[in-house]
Amino acid sequence: MNQLPPDVPAPYPVIDPLECKSCGRCVMVCPKKVLELGDELNARGYAFTRYKGAGCIGCLNCFYACPEPNAIKVHLPAKET
Amino acid sequence: MEQVVQTRGLYKTFPRKGGAAQTATHYCPGCEHGVLHKLIGEALADLDLQDRTIVISPVGCGVFAYYYFDTGNVQVAHGRAAAVGTGISRTQNNAVVVSYQGDGDLASIGLNETLQAANRGEKIAVFFVNNTVYGMTGGQMAPTTLVGSKTITSPEGRDPVQAGYPLHMAELINQLRAPVYIARVSFSNMGKLRRARQAIRKALEIQRDGKGYAFVEVLMACPTNQKMNVEEATRFVAEQMEVEYPLGVLRDRAAEAVPIVRSESDYAKETLDRIFSLDTDRAPDAQLTPDAPTFRVKMAGFGGQGVLSMGIILARTACQAGKFVSWYPSYGPEQRGGTANCGVVMSGTPVGTPLVTASDILVAMNRPSLEKFLRDVKPGGLLLYDAAMGEVTPPAGVRALAVPATRLAQEGGSARAANTAMVGVLAALGGFDLPERAYREAITCNFAGKDAVVQANLAVFDHARAWALEQELP
Repeated sequence: MNQLPPDVPAPYPVIDPLECKSCGRCVMVCPKKVLELGDELNARGYAFTRYKGAGCIGCLNCFYACPEPNAIKVHLPAKET
Repeated sequence: MEQVVQTRGLYKTFPRKGGAAQTATHYCPGCEHGVLHKLIGEALADLDLQDRTIVISPVGCGVFAYYYFDTGNVQVAHGRAAAVGTGISRTQNNAVVVSYQGDGDLASIGLNETLQAANRGEKIAVFFVNNTVYGMTGGQMAPTTLVGSKTITSPEGRDPVQAGYPLHMAELINQLRAPVYIARVSFSNMGKLRRARQAIRKALEIQRDGKGYAFVEVLMACPTNQKMNVEEATRFVAEQMEVEYPLGVLRDRAAEAVPIVRSESDYAKETLDRIFSLDTDRAPDAQLTPDAPTFRVKMAGFGGQGVLSMGIILARTACQAGKFVSWYPSYGPEQRGGTANCGVVMSGTPVGTPLVTASDILVAMNRPSLEKFLRDVKPGGLLLYDAAMGEVTPPAGVRALAVPATRLAQEGGSARAANTAMVGVLAALGGFDLPERAYREAITCNFAGKDAVVQANLAVFDHARAWALEQELP
């Protein structure tokens, strides 16, 4: 997996465990395969998606493919000027 | 500055949903309605259109779209989004109207209105979710179901001999001249999703600019009813739906389209009165006189005998005299020779139902009408019947008078005016207490522009009224 240099701020997704319905669309469209469905169930009974913690390139595929409005946010670092 | 990409244009929470989980949609896991909601919401927010937008929720799985869109919202009856959208657009020139509909709502029950609205080029952005199946009702065949696809109402697969072929809505609408933008999109890979995002923005930009009708068909699967996981559903869209329903922009005339500017709607009473020629002294406003008696008059006969005109003259007379009135006709499809009747209600208070089911007065111009309506005359009521039909024995308590209407009309100078003769008799015996001047003005108005006819009818009216004043009612 291509890792960005550690001194450059990396993008990352934030998945709200409660809002995920475990459909797997985000996992399916992630080009870096850094998302996975976990084993743990949320309060609504779904095995929510987790970010593996590294490797996000900020492509926003997961955000756009996710049907739940409140399940995924993606943090993008400031562009260098 | 760090940027956080998140959902916009939708509410943060969904209290209209009630119950549990007011931060989640009501959609099944894996359903792409939520994807489309997010894309529409994002575009509305980016284009700064939320305060101008009214989203129309359909009947179907999208029925609760108003839980989510942070805009104005209306939820409408099945298939009626195009009609309601037209109404909103025509009354609010600046509104951005978004119609969100599924294949049952748009392509089945609402097909007519959809095509008519497209053909009129209404200023509406239509987002049409085609998932080839009825979702909300539990997986029935849709007009868009693929040939061979199994649904609970096509358990052997859709058979075109029985059920026809998949309906191509985008192509149908592309046969019409008025639409500005027509596209078919899907989310079956990220490239297609981003093209869908652009199409959605385009449709909304066209609304922002008031340029007219935009139609975006969105292909998706229904993982629940089609019993697929999201990978199978995505393959179904890409490998089967997109073969039957090719993606692409079928039409884009946004650049050359000019904004549609319609005149401001004006529903002021004075304006409506002017449009319907009610701003004259022939149509004074009714005066509230609660103590005045209400009269319900039924008039019936052959079509062509002037039964409906007779009712109009009486209603005009009462209107002229400041009464609240209604005139309610009922007739067969034939212009002549069928049966016709009308009910006239005259009252000192606003008329509720215009139906006359129990009448104070029945005017019967032939025997079938007499037999049909005589039982509805109230005790103490009055029956006026054309003497040509022979002897009539009225029920107990009903006063009856045979009126030689045709003879009175001939004697008055117009053989065709038997109906006006009856009006003359009503004026004398009806007990309405309406001024004679009002009858004369109503007759004049009814035959306006034909002076000889007006004079002849006035003569018949006078003659019949004079005759009636000499009669004795039982």
